[in-house]
Parts: sequence; C-alpha cells; structure tokens
Amino acid sequence: MAQGALRLVKLVWQPATVVAIERRTPTVKSFFFRLPRALSFIPGQHMDVRLTAPDGYEAQRSYSIASAPDGTERIELAIELLQDGEVSPFFFDTVAVGDEIDLRGPIGGHFMWSVDDGGPLLLVGGGSGVVPLACMLRHRAARRSAIPVTLVFSARTAADLIFGDELRMLRARRDGFHFIPTLTRETNPAPGHRVGRIDGSLLSDALALLPSPPKLVFVCGANAFVETAADALLGLGIPPTTIRTERYGG
Amino acid sequence: MATRGFTGRGRGTGAEHPGRLPPGQFLTTDFPVLSAGPTPHIAREDWRFELRVGPRQIKSWSWGDFIRLPITKVTPDIHCVTKWSKFDTNWEGVSIQDLLADAALEPPTAFTLAHSYDGYSTNVPVKDLLGGRGMVAIAYDGKPIAAEHGGPARLLIPHLYFWKSAKWVKALQFTERDEAGFWELRGYHMYGDPWREQRYSGD
Repeated sequence: MAQGALRLVKLVWQPATVVAIERRTPTVKSFFFRLPRALSFIPGQHMDVRLTAPDGYEAQRSYSIASAPDGTERIELAIELLQDGEVSPFFFDTVAVGDEIDLRGPIGGHFMWSVDDGGPLLLVGGGSGVVPLACMLRHRAARRSAIPVTLVFSARTAADLIFGDELRMLRARRDGFHFIPTLTRETNPAPGHRVGRIDGSLLSDALALLPSPPKLVFVCGANAFVETAADALLGLGIPPTTIRTERYGG
Repeated sequence: MATRGFTGRGRGTGAEHPGRLPPGQFLTTDFPVLSAGPTPHIAREDWRFELRVGPRQIKSWSWGDFIRLPITKVTPDIHCVTKWSKFDTNWEGVSIQDLLADAALEPPTAFTLAHSYDGYSTNVPVKDLLGGRGMVAIAYDGKPIAAEHGGPARLLIPHLYFWKSAKWVKALQFTERDEAGFWELRGYHMYGDPWREQRYSGD
C-alpha cells in the first residue's frame, strides 16, 4: 500500500500557469496547469490552491487532481462552481489561460490508489466526488491494467456526468471496468443509465459485477451521499477497514 | 504575488472579526464532516473510555460513570485543516485534567496518543490537554453529539487543527515519545497550530 512514509519535505507553493480551460458540465470546468516542474503523485491526492489579493488577503481551497500521473508538469483540476463560494466563482468568472495561480501538493495519504495496490475495486462517486475516482480510472487505463473495477456515479442529469463520454469509452474497452451511472433528476434516461439515488440494491448490483469482494472501496461526494453509501456498504457486509471516504462540504 | 483579478469578495464574514480567522481559513456556518472511513455507530451502553500509560490501562469508564464526572462547557472557535473555520461552537464534556484527577494520575510523560473506535489515532502533547485546553466532549449545541460528528464522545482541542479533535474517541494513551497518529503518518503536521498554518509536515 502506497502510504505510511513520513514526509518531512516542505510542500512549497509553486506558481502554475493556466494552459487550458475546458467546460465539463454546466457547473464544472477543468483547469489545466503547467507547474514549474514535474509532479509525482498517486491517484486520489489533491492540490491546494491559493489566491492572493493585492492587500495580502489569501483564500485557499483543495481540489482533487483529475489527470493521471504521467510524469509531466501538466495537471488537470476539475472545479465545481459553488454559487455562494469565494474561490470557485473566481475560477469560473475571472481565471483565463495564461494566468498564474499558486498551487502546492500533492496532499493526502489515505484516499489514494494505484494499480500496484491491486483490486478488485469499487468506486462510488456523487457529483464532483467522481474527480479523484476518474483519476484512478485514467491511471488504470494508462497502465493498461485489467484490475476489475466498478464505478457507481450518481449525478443529477446525464449532462452532469463529469467525464461521462470518457467513462463510457473506457467501459467500451471491456477490460474489467464496469460503469453504472445513476441519475437522480432524470425520469427517462438514455440506455445504460439507472434512475434514482444510491442505495443498497444499486450497490449490491455494482458489487455483483466484480469477480470477488473488493479489496478496497472508495466513496467520494457530499457528506450525506458518503454517509448513505458507506452505511449501505456496511449493510452489505463490506468490512469498514476496506472503505475509504472523502467528503465535500456540509 | 497577487493573483490577477482576485480581491477576495467573500471575505466579508471573516473581516467582521479581525484577528479571529487564522491564515488561509474561511468562515462557515455549516458543520462540514471529514472522516477517513465509514461512520462507526457506537451505542452508549457499549461505549467505554480508557486512560492508558503505554500499554497499561490505568482506568476505564462506562458511559454512566463518565457523565457523572465534572462537566465543563466551552464555546471555542474551531479550525479545520481543509480550510473552514466555525466560530462560537458550544460543547460540553469532561476536561482532561478532571479525567486525570478522577484517575488520580499525574501526567507520566509529555505526549499522548488519542485512539478512536474506527482505528484512527492522533498525537497531542500533554501541555495542550491540560489547563482547560482539552476535553472529551459528550454534547454539542446542548444535544448528544451526532455519530457523524464523532458521538458518543470526541476529543476537543480547539486551539489545534480539528483533525486533532479525534472523533469516536475511546482511549487516551500517554507515550514516551511524540508518536505520529493516523493523519500525521500520512503527511499532516505533527502539531497542527492553525495560527502558524501547520497543515502539512514541514510547514
């Protein structure tokens, strides 16, 4: 397991240049950054972002890395617009290609997975909680791994499925990756989508797609989503020590 | 260096309380949750709290014993390493000094590890637990602490980043050395002072 090493190196702030911006859904944009040097990280880790006002006031937030580790200076952060937020509206309204933003990381030593950790794996994402899970899946695909993985992804509508097209393409490779999108505000979805909130029966179906019980389960999303999913998984007999969670917001 | 175009329009709530928000933090009125795994649900009748010196148990309290100890009320500001802060939170619990007094124990070492029902642990120096600086909290806002916020009981050390206030706490162990706990082994700071912005090891 890639964890446990006490890191004594100071994480320094680095000016990163915005090299591209891509809209992912009506409320999510990807920001592609070029760092001063190549970043080594493990899928699931996040970066801290710091904004500084002319008078020295600072705002910081954490965003999961969406791009797979590829040994380059380039990383993708997917940022969801929170209407009453301070940092995400700034990214949506003001940040442009060519801007420099301070980043530091990678951060996090628990909610992370690489193909070296093995599987099978169950991934459960709600909304923007899919971002660190997509990073794991991109890494798995880049490494041409056949580790069995099922992703359950809950979003409001089909248009809110961040990386939806890419996830469907990964599913089409039929290399052991199963993808169950479930839509909470869609009544008549396209084929291949489920309707409704996450529950024990949906998670039971997801587990049945794996050849054996998952070695690890990663659940990420808003707190209420994570509580529901984690409690349902415990109810299905998944040992608590195999379930790792990351929660956004209240 | 200033970020182009950033003025910090959302700082209003924090700016009304100069000097009260540590660097890099924002004020929230929510109570966000951060946990490494599923929420354990521990019934009060099954709950126990232990005081240990190294591997040796000094005293163990049932819930019924515990709530008969002197109860202290505090209203601290709390600061999470994930950047949110919350002002004037209401807690009730048993201060660590009252706990030690009930066990007739003088602190035998300078360091502790707090242990939780979910296997989580975190290290706290003894000096940060005494003098009313640390308690085992059993109520929040006048009500039992919800399971997702660490109930039945959680540690409360509000002057350090909130991961030090271990949820679902079940034991406090005196250790010879300052031993890293769960998050401290995973890149987070050994001490965690929000005013010195000690978020990650090396800060």
